[in-house]
Formats: sequence, C-alpha cells, structure tokens
Amino acid sequence: MKPSRLFADYGMVLVLALLCALFSALTFSDQSPTGEAAAIQVAKMLGQGGSRPARVLIATRDQPDDVAYAAALQRLLSAAGSSAPSVSVVRGEPKDARETLQRLAASGERLDVVACTQATGAWLVFSNLQADFPSLGEPRFVTPRSYRWPNFLKSENLLNIANQIAVIAIVAIGVSMVIITGGIDLSVGSLLALSSVLSARLIRDYAGGIAASPAGMLLCCLVAIFACGAVGAFSGAMITRFSIPPFIVTLAMMLVGSGIAYILAKGQSIYQIPESFVWLGRGADFLNVPNAVFLMAVLYGLAHILMSRMKLGRHLYAVGGNSEAARLSGVPVRRVLMFAYIASASLAGLGGVIMASQLKSGSPTYGGMYELYVIAAVVVGGTSLAGGEGRMFGTLAGAFTIAVIQNGMNLTNVESYTQKVVLGLVILGAVLVDKARNTR
Amino acid sequence: MIQAPPLLQMRGIVKSFPGVKALRGVDLELHSGEVLALLGENGAGKSTLMRILGGAHKADAGSIRIDGREAPFNTPQDSRAAGVAVIYQEFNLVPGLTAVENIFLGRETTRGGLLDKHTERARARELFQRLGADLDLDAPCRCLTTAQQQLVEIAKALAFDARILVMDEPSAALTAHEVGRLFEIIRDLRSQGISIIYISHRLDEVFAMTDRVTVLRDGSNVGDRLTANITRAEMIQLMVGRELTDEFPQRSTIPGPARLEVSGLRRGRAVRDVSFTVGRGEILALTGLVGAGRTETLRLLFGADPREAGEIRLDGRLLNIGSPSDAIAAGIGLLTEDRKTQGLVLAHSVRENFALPNLERLSSQGFVRMRAEREEFARYVEQLQIKIPNQEQRAGNLSGGNQQKVVLAKWLARHCEILIFDEPTRGIDVGAKFEIYRLMNELVAAGKSIIMISSELPEVLGMADRILVMHEGRITGEIADPRSATQEQIMRLAIA
Repeated sequence: MKPSRLFADYGMVLVLALLCALFSALTFSDQSPTGEAAAIQVAKMLGQGGSRPARVLIATRDQPDDVAYAAALQRLLSAAGSSAPSVSVVRGEPKDARETLQRLAASGERLDVVACTQATGAWLVFSNLQADFPSLGEPRFVTPRSYRWPNFLKSENLLNIANQIAVIAIVAIGVSMVIITGGIDLSVGSLLALSSVLSARLIRDYAGGIAASPAGMLLCCLVAIFACGAVGAFSGAMITRFSIPPFIVTLAMMLVGSGIAYILAKGQSIYQIPESFVWLGRGADFLNVPNAVFLMAVLYGLAHILMSRMKLGRHLYAVGGNSEAARLSGVPVRRVLMFAYIASASLAGLGGVIMASQLKSGSPTYGGMYELYVIAAVVVGGTSLAGGEGRMFGTLAGAFTIAVIQNGMNLTNVESYTQKVVLGLVILGAVLVDKARNTR
Repeated sequence: MIQAPPLLQMRGIVKSFPGVKALRGVDLELHSGEVLALLGENGAGKSTLMRILGGAHKADAGSIRIDGREAPFNTPQDSRAAGVAVIYQEFNLVPGLTAVENIFLGRETTRGGLLDKHTERARARELFQRLGADLDLDAPCRCLTTAQQQLVEIAKALAFDARILVMDEPSAALTAHEVGRLFEIIRDLRSQGISIIYISHRLDEVFAMTDRVTVLRDGSNVGDRLTANITRAEMIQLMVGRELTDEFPQRSTIPGPARLEVSGLRRGRAVRDVSFTVGRGEILALTGLVGAGRTETLRLLFGADPREAGEIRLDGRLLNIGSPSDAIAAGIGLLTEDRKTQGLVLAHSVRENFALPNLERLSSQGFVRMRAEREEFARYVEQLQIKIPNQEQRAGNLSGGNQQKVVLAKWLARHCEILIFDEPTRGIDVGAKFEIYRLMNELVAAGKSIIMISSELPEVLGMADRILVMHEGRITGEIADPRSATQEQIMRLAIA
C-alpha cells in the first residue's frame, strides 16, 4: 500500500501519535524504581562491580513493593550459581537494621555489599557504616537510581489505557459495521447494561452464586450475549422489514434495553459473583497484557479480515455505499443488514460481560452514554456517518484517541468537568482534520 | 459599420482540475435572441464551461463580457445578477417544497416580515401561463414529472428576468412528446428576446432547434458554424475529430429460436398483462413514452419489484424469480437506466464494483480471492477497453461511457445469458455510444439475448431485430422489421 493511501486510511494514527508525544512531554518526571524493576537495576549494578561480592545485606521496609524487591534481588543474585553470594535480608525499621548489623559485627563477619531501596538508603543507620561498624570491612552501598521518564509512557499506564478502553473499543467494532452500512446503533449502551445484569443475575440465581463453576459462568455469559444478539435481530428485522429508520428503532431499543436491565436488577447492583469471575476483566495471563485487551486485539484482527478480505465485508460496504445498486447486483441487502445489527448487539453484550467482570458486579447503570463514546470513536476513526466507507483500525485508533486524551488529562490533573469540554472539542477537531484531509 | 457587441462574450477561459486541464482557453459568443447549440463528447468541457458561466466554478483565466462590459462571475449570485440562468442536468430543486416555494427560494417575497404567499402564487401562475403550462402549484416537487420539474426550473429563471438561459441536456429524460413541448417553449422564449445555450447529444434536436453551433473538443473550441451550413456528418466529425462512417455498426447475426418467454406479467397500473419472447442472439427493443411501463416490466422480470402475476421461462424451464439474486442466479443481468443511483457504488473503486455480483465465484469459504479478482477485472478492462488509470479508481470519477462499460463488465463476468439494457447510451458521447453498440453486437453474435429499452428512436431502429411498443402498461404493437420502419410508425403505436 502506498504511504499516501495509508495516511488517508489511518490519518488518525498520526493524530494519536502526536497526542502521545504531547502527554509524554507534559508528564516527564523523576521515576524511582521499586519492586522487581529496582531489583533488576541493582543486580545489574552489582554485576558491573568487577569482583563479585561474597556477602550481601538487603535492607527493606515491611511493604509489598519492598518485599518484592528483596525477593527478586535474592533470586537474581542466587542465579549466579556457584559464585552466588550469601545473602541476608533485613525487613522492618531502622532499629532492625541496626540490630542485624550489630549481630553481624559481633560474629566477626565481613560484608561486601549493602543493597537498599531508595527509602532505606536514606536511613541514618547506614550513613556512617565504616565508622560505626569497622569490623564489617568496607561494604559497597547500593541503592536503585532514579531516572527521568514520562509517567504517561510507563508500561503500566499504557496497559491501563488499553484496559480502560477495551470495552468501548470492542463495542465500537459492531457499531462501525452498522455505520458502514449507512445505519446507526444507539442501543449498545443499554444492551451493555442489560448484558451485565443478565449475566450477573443468571450466575447468582442459577449457577450457584459465589460458588459458581467456570463452566456455569461461561454458560451464563453466553446466554446474556445471545439475548443481546436477539435484541439486535429484532432491531434489524424492524429496520429491514418495516423500513423504520435505524435511528428510531435503536433509540427505542435503547429505552427498552435499559428498562429491562433495571427490571431484572430490581434497580440495584448484583454482587453475588465468585471472585474468579474477574479473570476476564482484571486478569493478565499472557505477557502481562490484560485479558480484555488481548481479546480486543483478537477481535479487531478478525473484524479487519472480515471487512477487507471477505465477501460479507464487501457486501457491508456496498450496502452502505449504494443499497439499491447493491440489491440490483444480487447482494442480499436485508441479510447483510441483519448481520450488522446482530453483530453490533452481540458485541455490546460481550462488552457488558467484560464490564461485569472488571467491576465484579452487574448493574443497570453501566454503559451510560457509552453509545455516544462509541459513535465518537467510530467517527474520530474516520468512518463517515453517510456509510460506505471506514476502516476497523481507524475505529481502534479513534477509541485510543479518546482514551489517551482522558488518561493524559488525568495525569496532568485536569479537572473532570474540564475534561468533558476538552474531549468534546477534540472530537470535533479530529473530524475537522479528517474532512480537510479528504477534500484536499 | 459598428456592430453591437454580442450579448455574451467568453474569452480565453482556462480551467484546471487536479490532474486534468478541462478548458484550454475557450472562446464563446452568444447573440441576442439566438439559440446556440453547444456540442462535444463527454469530457469535452461543455459542462465545465457552463458551470463557470453559472458561477459554480471559478475560471483560472479568461474574461466574460456581458453587452461588451466585463462582469465578475465568481459566485452564482454574480451570474444571476448578470442575467444568466443555468438549468443543470440534475435539477436544482428542493424535492419537499412546492413549485412556488422553489421558484422564489432565496428571494422570497415578504410583507411585514411574513411571506407574501398570495403575491408569490400570482407571479408563479403568471410565469407558467407564459410557458403555456399547467401544473399543480401546491404539490411537492418530488411528485412532479421530470418535464414538470424542468418547467419549474425554467419558471425560476424567468422569475428573475434572466436574459441568457443555459440548458444542459434538457431532453435527456423527456419523452418524444414532452420534447416537442419543450421546443415550443424554447421558440417562445427566443421570440421574447431570451438567448439560449442548448447542450445536447441528440443531433436531430440540434438541427430542429438551434441557429448556430459551437463544438468543443478536449477543452478547446474547434468550430463555430451556422446550423444551416453544417451537415450531420460534419458535426460528428468535429466532435470526435475523426470520420464516423456509420452511427450503428453492422451486424450479421440472425436471431435464433425463443429462449426467454414471459407471459402475463402484471403489477398494478404500471404493467398490465405483458407477454413477449426473446430469441437466442436477438436484440429486442422495448420502446414507448416515458411512463409507458417499459422499465417497470423489466424490473418485474429481474425481480427488482414483486410481481402480482406472470410466468417467466428460460429455455422452457419455469423460473422462480422473487428477488434480483434469483434473476442473477438464473443468468439475467440488468444494466440500469440510472447508473449513478442504481448501477454503481460511486464512492467505491471500479474493481469492487466489478466484483459485486461475482463475489460468489471470486471467493472461497467467504474469503475474497483478491488476486483472481484483479486478474479477471484486468481481462475485462482489456477486452472492453475501459479507460481507467488503475483498478482503484473511484467509479464516480469516470465518464458516462466508461461507467457503462464497468457495469457491462460486471454482467459479462457473470456470464449472463439474458442482458437487459435500460437506456444503454443515455448521457454517453458519440464515440462511446458506437463502442457500446459494437459490444452489443458481439454479445448477440456469441448467442446472448438482449432486451433494450430506449427512448431514442434512431437507436431503436438502428440496433433492434424486433421492436415492441408499450403504452400505459400494455404492449400496443410489434415491429418485426425495424430496417424498413419509420420513427412515425413507432410514435403512432406509442401514443396509441
């Protein structure tokens, strides 16, 4: 593909990259490594020291990060095999460190290295080690060094962005298809709530509540997704059989879906779900990538293949571009539209299940205004509401643009009310940029 | 002797679009009370030149003088102020507004801040009287016929005292009867001192109506003649830049026995009990006035509309056609009357348009075989000599002739046995027309059958093996030997 074509298709990616650069510059600050990252750094520093240390003391506080640091450092040092040093660990207060040092000094041991965290490195007990404990020799004193790196670009933050947008991005796949056929789906936010409530309630009432088995939970979620798909089929039938505009049909379904969600939940949240249910929404089984993000990536890959390589994809574009010409060319227009609305509703159902998993509950209030964020993602991604054009990865870029703006403003302490104003203007700006690019 | 300057004088008009030089310094003159024919193949620059005159495009260079004085033509308002009204091929009417509302759109008559509907109505009625026309002033324009909509456009022009009226292909969508009516109106307007620039592909009309002819080719003015001093052959030669020996290519195919048998086709008032047959290698023409039910009949045959009654047999086998997909599966293809709204997805590439009815064959397990698609399309591009820079070209950017060839390629790739051509050469220039005719001949020579709808009687007489004439949903006559038939004969049957 030519670069110019690539830019025309995915120009939003450039805007996204610029936003990332902006927020990186704005959140540039001192980073103090902790936990495993700090341990890796310190181990590297020790390895460079020329002669290998024989005796190491690790001093940490009694905190999860510090415990992880000590454990990781111990592991890294003992990985050296036969030349592994003997390691002692102090965990707690400066007083504990003093006691240990005194004990070591008393037993006549020597010490080559004292490895601290940034916090324990500042303890007074280590400030004059040679004078206070001359018998220990001349131990090297090592603390993790701080460095400058944007908060925005930390891998935890990037994964966090992806995890937060996963639901909207997944729902946006289906809505993109609908918009490409020249329609619109306003019901996805409500269906998301309906699916979260339905899956949670089925698990509570029929799968055994907190003691539900994975298979039972899976079945409940599939039923919820299937139910949403049925609502989509109903919308599609109304649109194709009775020629009611999609805007009206899905607006009605938005109200119906939300109402049913409230009825099923009796207006409350449903919490009686097993702990293991959060696997989908909070787990990260593969290369530290959250499972929801992984699922999102897979779905986008499949959707891209469907839209660019498959017959059905061609038909979706053709129906949106000119439905009469498509019909007269033998395209089963009604069936194609039915597919789009069922896909959109089912993916909204899947989004609801993921959200229920992330929040370990189902509630009719979930997904409020999501239809608008989803449509914003699609439009920012370069898909025309007139139908007939648009790219799946454009939508993904659009969803990420919204997420990056929200996240960046959180990191730079922009107030949440101001965030809404900025987000609205950015959506408008993004579409303006897109228009200017296309008319050039 | 000092001559009065011409009413309109365009000098050295240049206009470029990205990648195309549409006009290369065109001169054009129009005198008071004259009907000027502006001729040229599609893409010669006629429409661009008229869009500049109408203020829709701005010229890159050149000047426009009215009564010898240079005038700005940068916006439609400038053009209107200079007394120019342009009636574009696709009308500029708001479909939901009435004739009166459309005529006064943008310069509504008001009294005390409110619309003065009474005065507007009276003026509109007066205008239509002047045109000798009678139409429903309160009906929304989308309910009017094409001819009536055209009248509204003309009235709109008269309402602001236009002195120059440009009509782009005014007869293209009219029936022969309506065209006659239009000519009377044009003659009337001329006698009232209004000058007219008339764009048409129909040379008969040019001879019947116009005083002078200006021919454009490739963005240049290649000839100004008095209509009385030019022959048809010379005109065509000027337009295409070469000599055309015959408008219709010779064909030696002899039609075989009937393949398609249609009997008792019926739908509402539009199609009432229509039966006919088409033979192997035959071109059957279906003609009649617009609204006679020709397109409707063939839409029933193609399954585009549901039929109330009727049987369709192909090679003796009864076909169960309930949708276009059924018809396509049975080997019937439809080249629609309106390529832009029904034949092509304009925003998509020509390759995708070509593949649309052929995806079944060009895909396996739901995946499009992209390479096969490209190779097959390339073969048809070569065979039909479709002029495109590459396969990703948007269908909307092609000329009418090339668009028609893409549509034709779609159906040829489908190996259709029966091809329905609805107005196959509408909006297509002379050179491309000849190619389409040649392709039709090749198709019937290969044993295919063609049903052609056409309002252009010379085309019907020149191309068909047999002619059926329709009137008010019925077949009112058959002409078995078109070579010895006349246009008058057909018209008598069409008016019935």
